[in-house]
Amino acid sequence: MNSFDELIKRMSSGERRALGKIITLMENDSSSSAYIIPQIHNLTGNAHIVGITGPPGSGKSSLVDKLISCYRNDGLKVGVIAIDPTSPFTGGAILGDRIRMKRHYTDKDVFIRSMATRGNLGGLSEATGNTIQALDAFGKDVIIIETVGAGQVEIDIVKVADTVVVVSVPSMGDSVQTLKAGIMEIGDIFAVNKADIEGVEKCIIEIRMMLELSEKKGGWIQPIIKTFGNKDDGANDLYESIKNHHKYLIESGHHEQKRIIRGKTELINILQNLFIRNLYDTISEKEMEELAKKIANREKDPYMIIEELIPRLKKFI
Amino acid sequence: MPEKKLRILIAKPGLDGHDRGAKVVARALRDAGMEVIYTGLRQTPESIVETALQEDVDAIGLSILSGAHNHLFKKVIDLLKEEGAEDIPIFGGGIIPEDDMPYLTDIGVKKIFGPGTSTEKIVTYIKEMTNK
Repeated sequence: MNSFDELIKRMSSGERRALGKIITLMENDSSSSAYIIPQIHNLTGNAHIVGITGPPGSGKSSLVDKLISCYRNDGLKVGVIAIDPTSPFTGGAILGDRIRMKRHYTDKDVFIRSMATRGNLGGLSEATGNTIQALDAFGKDVIIIETVGAGQVEIDIVKVADTVVVVSVPSMGDSVQTLKAGIMEIGDIFAVNKADIEGVEKCIIEIRMMLELSEKKGGWIQPIIKTFGNKDDGANDLYESIKNHHKYLIESGHHEQKRIIRGKTELINILQNLFIRNLYDTISEKEMEELAKKIANREKDPYMIIEELIPRLKKFI
Repeated sequence: MPEKKLRILIAKPGLDGHDRGAKVVARALRDAGMEVIYTGLRQTPESIVETALQEDVDAIGLSILSGAHNHLFKKVIDLLKEEGAEDIPIFGGGIIPEDDMPYLTDIGVKKIFGPGTSTEKIVTYIKEMTNK
């Protein structure tokens, strides 16, 4: 494990390539994470974690670009995790969110990492949580996570972010859309982007109506902010709202609560993944295939097979 | 489940604004199961190298049609060396005359794919190159 220690040391001294490599290691192999995270965990917990979510093409990347500028004007160091979908057919991905963030490419205090979902369905990739830890340990003051283009149920961002910004655009459907469960329930802040196109006022009214009907999130009233992709108007208001929300979380004690919930999520995720990995180590692909055949030709039912397998799995519990 | 994936940076350095070829290659690599990071047009060598470090890519592909290939490849390779990242292999494509090939090979460019190259050939080459 010497090469890991060396990388962690290089990362701690501020080497960007070492950070890049550590993220790759954790993305490719969960046993790497099991070695790396314990070494950096005590350096984390300082960054404000901001999630940006919304439908494909709603302008999330462009808003992230503008937010980076706001943070940099205040002298804060920024990490960005931009997630795009993996093809369920080929396993490949085009990671193109960073194109909108070009002007920050050579800013040494901005670290942008593109990630593919690799089969994860909640709008993030499996390694997103550990990548947040790595960026946090690297000394970033804020970590912005841009989810995949999200529709209705890709809401895992709420489990990792302190502050969630839901980006909407006008003319995406009637008011019933805002009544539906899912993504509209997770916003701490709503940004109505492309606010120069028709239907913006209607969109704002619908979100406001939805919010008035919802249970209040403690003492926080979710602001609705008009933003634009092609000009900077609104981005500063969004930035101020994000900072206000962070302040609110800390002062109200919600910050602490959220972190406890997050700890629980992390624990459950790691346990689940560990269990699944052990399961695959226990049952060979060939055996799995044979068992599946028995289910398919009705020789056995899945519950019968599980009864038989359980004694083998007990050693992991 | 976590698994190793090839991550390839496809970049357009310099001033030409024609990225059809870069996009076709990006798409072909995607369809071959790779993760392709595309920088967009008109990138400086500095921004390409910085992106390669942050994204921890296995290879960099540069698409150049402006005629400034000798200068741009050299600059990217020099900057990679400065960052201690000269182990990241570089390949290229675009309009690059035969006469310039020896120079490019000499400075460390692994391969140039000219117009008409099949995407299959590029995919095979990248897989072999990154396997070493």
